[in-house]
Amino acid sequence: MARFLIRRILLGLFVVWLTVTLVFLIFFVGPGPQDVARRLAGKQATPQQVHLVLLRLHLNQPMIKVYWHFVWNQLLHAKLYSYIHDQPVTTVIREAFPLTLSLAIGAAIIWFVLGVLSGVLSAVRRGSIWDRSATATALFFYSTPVFVLGLILLYVFYFQFSRAGIHVFPGQGPGAVPHNPLTFFKSFLLPWMALALISAATYTRLTRGSMLEVMGEDYIRTARSKGLLERRVIYRHALRSALTPVVSQFGIDVGTLLGGAILTEYTFGIPGLGWTAVHAIEQNDLPVIIGIVVVATAAVVAANILVDIFYAFLDPRVRLH
Amino acid sequence: MSLSASSSVETVREPGSPLSGATGEEVAAKIEGRGTWQLAWARLRRDRAAMIALGVIVVIILVAIFAPLFATVTGHGVNQQFRNTGLSPDGLPRGPNGTFVLGTDDQGRDVLVRIAYGTRISLFVGVAVTLIVVVIGGLLGLAAGYLGGIVDTLIARLIDIVLSLPYLMFAISLVSVGFLGGNQGKLLGVKGLPIIVFVIAVFAWAAIARIVRGQVLSIREKEYIEAARSLGASSWRIMIVDVLPNVTTQLIVYATLLIPVTIVTEAALSFLGLGIPPPTADWGQMISESQVLYQQAWWFLFFPSAALVITTLAFNIFGDGIRDALDPRLERI
Repeated sequence: MARFLIRRILLGLFVVWLTVTLVFLIFFVGPGPQDVARRLAGKQATPQQVHLVLLRLHLNQPMIKVYWHFVWNQLLHAKLYSYIHDQPVTTVIREAFPLTLSLAIGAAIIWFVLGVLSGVLSAVRRGSIWDRSATATALFFYSTPVFVLGLILLYVFYFQFSRAGIHVFPGQGPGAVPHNPLTFFKSFLLPWMALALISAATYTRLTRGSMLEVMGEDYIRTARSKGLLERRVIYRHALRSALTPVVSQFGIDVGTLLGGAILTEYTFGIPGLGWTAVHAIEQNDLPVIIGIVVVATAAVVAANILVDIFYAFLDPRVRLH
Repeated sequence: MSLSASSSVETVREPGSPLSGATGEEVAAKIEGRGTWQLAWARLRRDRAAMIALGVIVVIILVAIFAPLFATVTGHGVNQQFRNTGLSPDGLPRGPNGTFVLGTDDQGRDVLVRIAYGTRISLFVGVAVTLIVVVIGGLLGLAAGYLGGIVDTLIARLIDIVLSLPYLMFAISLVSVGFLGGNQGKLLGVKGLPIIVFVIAVFAWAAIARIVRGQVLSIREKEYIEAARSLGASSWRIMIVDVLPNVTTQLIVYATLLIPVTIVTEAALSFLGLGIPPPTADWGQMISESQVLYQQAWWFLFFPSAALVITTLAFNIFGDGIRDALDPRLERI
């Protein structure tokens, strides 16, 4: 176990390093230092201003030195400053992360409950009208991009409801973490719904397939032939092992979302990590991009390790090495 | 004369009807001819949802091919702005009417014609990326699974790494550099298309490679592979002749299901303003442009969204159908 953890954490650190280097290559080496400086200086910049930017960011030095300066002096000592906002990147992330966290956790709870429940019911009453409609609904949401659903929810629940005099759903997500918890909660209702409905579709399909597979196993027949109640067979015996792949998918999905739910945040204008990253990319704010990419990669890597550990706890046949 | 008559009987005959005029040899040939693919096709044809989805896909392909016809029939060019007829006096888009069947957009352009042209981008990206990814992912997965050793270690690690990258974040970074650097590049006369195809393919191959690798790992231990090896066949020959045909069904299933994923990714990039640059008609871009106006002009949001959802839905239903048809072990459920 200890050896496994060390190996996985080392591999995780390697992936984070690789990501940072890739981002660096994409933004610095790809377009070339002159181009980077010109873009950072802005459209109306004079050649002198461009040169000033070049000097300030050490871009006139060999690439390897720029890289070293960037990774060692700035990243490892958490001294990255946003080019555009004159703010430490840590501050930018600290302000954006709670919003992404609230979005991800709220949506995750809804979609897990919704997806697993409808998946189990579908599998248990396979072929019934409930199963068919649940499967069709799941397929529909599975095929709908989150930004399409988000905009349609905004149209119906914000615009049409407001026109009818019902002001329950605000038109946009939260601008920042507010002082009033109720406003905060309400501003998340539509983003949660959009994200949760689409993710729940995947979980319905996954749970249903996994349940059906487990229900065909011998030990389920054994449990039935022991005379156990059908409910006990389903919820105690079948669900337990059917949920293993579902929960590991859940861990990875939540991990991915914690690095920024880019499309949902962008659609609802929530300034979380994903929204901030898109804007940083538009403005070529490399330090902010790198900061967010590090957080996002770390979240995915951590989620993967946690899922593997979870697997080992749940399934004694899995040995970690 | 009689020959042609008998052959016309052949083509008209129902599959299940008795082979009245056929000789014994013909019957034998018929039975022998029902290979895996024919059986799969027969199963697929019984799947009503999949057949409807296939019909929708054919219509979508026809719309893409004959997109200029929409422009000719309506008399509205794809990028033509109708400032007088297409916009209200306040400069707002016009709703669906006799002239503009699906209404106009914020610049007074015909939404129907633009959706028709947008079909071309979506389908092209979906199919092109899938083909590239199936070839690259398939070959790498095949090599990793069959050759093993250091090749496998390298490819498997690479797959792990690619799958653990925050891919949308990377995709938008890559695309934004390609754009701002000014080297957009063209493909089939569409700006920005090569980089979109590249960016999506760079991340999508890993999932296919992982699946193929897993399949090949189990196929490698089969007796017929051992037989081929003991007959002195080279690794390449075994991989291509003996292993590859046995992963084709899996590859086809995942390829069909990858098309809608790719179409949505392209639309998402365009939605974020990092896909196909305007004024080229593109569904994701239309949805993005409708964001500011959806309260006044629902049609501008609704119709491109519907086109996108119908397309992905059709491919997903058809993909599910193909999976069930090719894998008879899975009961139809």
